[in-house]
Amino acid sequence: MSVGLRRGLRLLLAMLLLAPAVVRAQDRAPPPDPAHLTADEQQRYDSLIHELRCLVCQNETIGDSQAPLAADLRNQVHAQLAAGRSDVEIKRYLTDRYGDFVLYRPPFKAKTWLLWAGPFLVLLIALVVALRYARARRHHETPVLVDNEALLRLIGSERQSESEDRPQGPPA
Amino acid sequence: MIPELGHFALIAALFVAVLQALVPAYGVWRRDRRLMAVASSSAQTQFLLILFAYGCLTWAFVTRDWSVAYVAANSEASLPLMYRLTAVWGAHEGSMLLWMLMLTGWSAAVSVFNRRLPVDLTATALAVLGALAVGFLLFILLTSNPFTLNFPVPDNGRDLNPLLQDPGFVIHPPMLYMGYVGFSVAFAFAIAALISGRLDAAWARWTRPWTTTAWLFLTIGITLGSWWAYNELGWGGWWFWDPVENASFMPWLVGTALIHSLAVTEKRGQLKAWTVLLAILAFALSLLGTFLVRSGILVSVHAFATDPARGIFILTFLAIVLGIAFTLYAWRAPKFVSEADFELFSREGLLLLNNVFLVSAAAAVLLGTLYPLVIEALDLGKVSVGPPYFNSIFLPLTIPLAVLIGFASAVGWKRARAADVFKRLRVPAAIAVLAGCTLPWLLGHRTLLAAIGGGALAVWVIVSSLHEIVRRVRAKRDRLAGITQIPRAVWGMTLAHCGLGVWVLGITFTSLYSIEQNVRLGPGESATLAGYTFALKGVEPRQGPNYRADHGDVEVEYQGRVIAQLAPEKRLYDASGQIMTESAVDHTPLRDLYVALGEPIDRNNANGDWAVRLYYKPMMRLVWGGGVLMALGGLLAATDRRYRLARAAERAALSSEVAA
Repeated sequence: MSVGLRRGLRLLLAMLLLAPAVVRAQDRAPPPDPAHLTADEQQRYDSLIHELRCLVCQNETIGDSQAPLAADLRNQVHAQLAAGRSDVEIKRYLTDRYGDFVLYRPPFKAKTWLLWAGPFLVLLIALVVALRYARARRHHETPVLVDNEALLRLIGSERQSESEDRPQGPPA
Repeated sequence: MIPELGHFALIAALFVAVLQALVPAYGVWRRDRRLMAVASSSAQTQFLLILFAYGCLTWAFVTRDWSVAYVAANSEASLPLMYRLTAVWGAHEGSMLLWMLMLTGWSAAVSVFNRRLPVDLTATALAVLGALAVGFLLFILLTSNPFTLNFPVPDNGRDLNPLLQDPGFVIHPPMLYMGYVGFSVAFAFAIAALISGRLDAAWARWTRPWTTTAWLFLTIGITLGSWWAYNELGWGGWWFWDPVENASFMPWLVGTALIHSLAVTEKRGQLKAWTVLLAILAFALSLLGTFLVRSGILVSVHAFATDPARGIFILTFLAIVLGIAFTLYAWRAPKFVSEADFELFSREGLLLLNNVFLVSAAAAVLLGTLYPLVIEALDLGKVSVGPPYFNSIFLPLTIPLAVLIGFASAVGWKRARAADVFKRLRVPAAIAVLAGCTLPWLLGHRTLLAAIGGGALAVWVIVSSLHEIVRRVRAKRDRLAGITQIPRAVWGMTLAHCGLGVWVLGITFTSLYSIEQNVRLGPGESATLAGYTFALKGVEPRQGPNYRADHGDVEVEYQGRVIAQLAPEKRLYDASGQIMTESAVDHTPLRDLYVALGEPIDRNNANGDWAVRLYYKPMMRLVWGGGVLMALGGLLAATDRRYRLARAAERAALSSEVAA
């Protein structure tokens, strides 16, 4: 845990150091003119900023956050879109700098395959169990009144016939 | 003095809880009715003690008693009375006291309305609830005491988190906790059934209204939470897949599954073991949610690791409770086998499928919530699991549910002929497809495939649910008698299902057609969004009771007519120095117009240009409306005549017994 703690502290420190730089960067570069983007690019911009995490906030996308870092990241996305980069390139640019943490849609890789496949595995298992449950109880004709002997005979004959065939009803 | 009395009441409650856990259990073992009777009296005593402690803490808030550390940390002199009352549950210690109040409240209710079940079953269940109370009281007294005193006594408090100073927050947590904790009743009765080995239709019939009641409170709580976040967080979102929200959503999903499987257990005597497992899981997820929210692990795994006392306690408690519950389950549940027929194409079969999908959905939420924590704890780096993940996993798991609903109400118990069912559903299906295709066009939106699908699904759910009512009425000669003879539970089911349809419709349209814009506006300037013109008249300073605000005046015009005056605010709270965005919303059932003030462009000049966020959100109200309808449906179902009739009959039987 201590390695993780140190790493966390380092990240925090990096963010603290980064924050003034970000603010300054914002001072220097005026926000890009929205008119630069085509309609298609604008749409991609809108969906991109809602899939990227604001790194200094508590669980907010850069589209929703009002933190300076989020504004800077929005500007970066905007500038790169205007420069003709693809969504994949922009995401790679950001993950190279900030790691997978910046992506709200985790990439499919060795450490996340269970995350993506897990729910469907559960669904599959649950479906199989439910179907088997239903199947085991199909077409049982439960006799309304049986005395003990008849019941025992019934169980016995069922056990016998299980290997050959499914019983069609109670034996006479 | 008053806080000390409260503290004393908590300690007394702990002793009573120990009695409640041990004496009735011993009584059940020895078959001694007098000892079993201790369950009821101790549950009621404990409730009164906790209520008294809760009253003491409230009193400390009302009288601004800064000598109580918790009060000083979560209130301050100028905080309005309403928020001083709600500040009681504004942070960790008080929330746990509220949790206890709910737990003992539910236990006391069980001790009063229990005439229907064998005495030993009730006594066992109350003993289980007592044991849970012991755990939580120890937790409060050892790690989170709200009555801890402060010395030296500060001059003023540090203020309630401004985020929580909102009307939505006044009733959201009590409702949520009512729901969360309410599942403890189903849990206690599941354990009692496992211990006694008896699980019959009477058990299911008795557990149903309790579970439905807990579920309806949870539904209201989640709906209110969503509405609160929408108004208070200032970016027009209503559900964030935040771990805190997921913590309440998981028990809701499993609780919904439980309600449906209880129906099968009552009507057909099947899925008994499964029902018991769901009852355990629903409460397990409530406990897990408490752990996630209360241990601080969500903020950061590392923060949790540095101050783990609370987290370790809840985790240990969770492990003990679940360990015992699952061991009992593994040992006793095989007894509950039913050998009756089970057809997949029947109401019980479709309800089983409903459970399959609901539980998978809950598993998806659980996985997405815990995955980042596990990855970080294993030192594999950090990942974020957010809305894009949940939305893409959740849709394929829940769309089949909405499709199934229509079939489930058209299919009878035991066995059904597919041809009949499909014939019955032709009309609802046709209406759904037609409505789905035309709705976007009728409402003046672009036609999108997703909107057609979502709209058709929503209308399908609503129409096929109502169709059940229509068929019931048509089956009778006298139509009026037909309507009045429909049981309240059926109305409840129909209403709740319609609520789901309304909810799907709201989600579909608001997620596909919302428009947002960040604009820079100076006084007198305006911006247009979806045909609505938002004009910023000006921003002026205003003094609130405990904050200073920049109060915006925004006029909304549509087709040359002024339709709304909106007043978004940016507030600076005096005591804490925190800044809050207070959004302003104009709404009709078909659309919300949402305005929030961002930042002044020049920080020193509030009269200059502002960054303003504008949102147009169609059908936003339907999302919460659907939640309200579901809760109302739950209310109708929980108060069905047969539960009350049976109770009255038993009371009569009991009084005649006493007379004899």
